[in-house]
Amino acid sequence: MSEWTMLTLVGRDQEGIVAAVTAVLHKEGCQLGETSMMRLGGNFSMMLMLSCGAEVAVLEALSEVAEQFELRLHLDQIEAQLHDHRQANVRVTVHGADRIGLVAEVTAVLAAGGLSVLDLCSDVAGSADKPLYLLQIEGVCELSAEALQLALRAALDEDVQFSVDEIETLLG
Amino acid sequence: MAVLEILKHPDVRLQQVAEPVERFDAALHRFIDDLEQTRLAGPGAVGIAAPQVGEVIQLVIVDISTMKKPHPNHGHLVLINPEIIKWKGHEVGREGCLSVPDFTGNVIRAQQIVLQAQNPQGEVQRFEMQGFEARAVQHELDHLEGMLFLDRLVSRRSDLFARKVFQKKAKNRG
Ligand SMILES: [Zn+2]
Repeated sequence: MSEWTMLTLVGRDQEGIVAAVTAVLHKEGCQLGETSMMRLGGNFSMMLMLSCGAEVAVLEALSEVAEQFELRLHLDQIEAQLHDHRQANVRVTVHGADRIGLVAEVTAVLAAGGLSVLDLCSDVAGSADKPLYLLQIEGVCELSAEALQLALRAALDEDVQFSVDEIETLLG
Repeated sequence: MAVLEILKHPDVRLQQVAEPVERFDAALHRFIDDLEQTRLAGPGAVGIAAPQVGEVIQLVIVDISTMKKPHPNHGHLVLINPEIIKWKGHEVGREGCLSVPDFTGNVIRAQQIVLQAQNPQGEVQRFEMQGFEARAVQHELDHLEGMLFLDRLVSRRSDLFARKVFQKKAKNRG
């Protein structure tokens, strides 16, 4: 069985959440693996790979800080390992008027092209009456950037702007 | 010739400022051969700096000429006591380092440089470089200052749209 669990926390963004949560984990002797934390729509979301002893003890230890910051939390046993990064070789950026289903449309085309997504973030900018949708995806793909570009052009509406760029990683 | 051990961060020798090379002798040439052997033995690096094998001297090797996708380049370069004397433009690009395994990140580098360096015979040479080759040189020269690309990371997420604007402007100028 894997030594890793995934802790997910979400709650209204407040000052000091990260410090408070990680202090508890440190005190419980948990080791952090890869983590991702960010503010989404005024909420703070955290996903942390943890390696620690008893799950029950961790949940118990976190209960106080969860109450204090009104965080919802969730712990899952996961099959995971460190030192297993894949390098993205392509980046797709899309922007256009906010439209229902844009992420689904774009990712369907990319999936059909064999792209495996390593990182995706989307955002809504602009204003309430004129929202602007931004989507950034990095992934690994056998197809060339040009081929993905053509596939997206064929599938997406004219008013959606996008670009596909090859990512060349310099090793030195 | 020998494959040397590559120092991994953290190691104080990777943080030292390298000394200038003064003697262009047989011992130096042997070291250059070993350094190149070490670069070629690894996972496809386009450059390597002497401090990465614990020789804290101002010497790097850069060679992007064998990349799958070709970029403008000056072939195989041994750059001794190198100095960048002009910078122009900037560009975000993804980098990794032999001394920092299993991690890559975005770094801003000058898009064009003018570089002055000595070759293994001690002759002073001047190169005008751009794009990927200029990036490789800047990455390696950082090692001579005791710096790693980790010291220059920019966010993977926030730079993208700025980069697009920059490219569009560049296109409009051209
Ligand atoms: Zn390096």
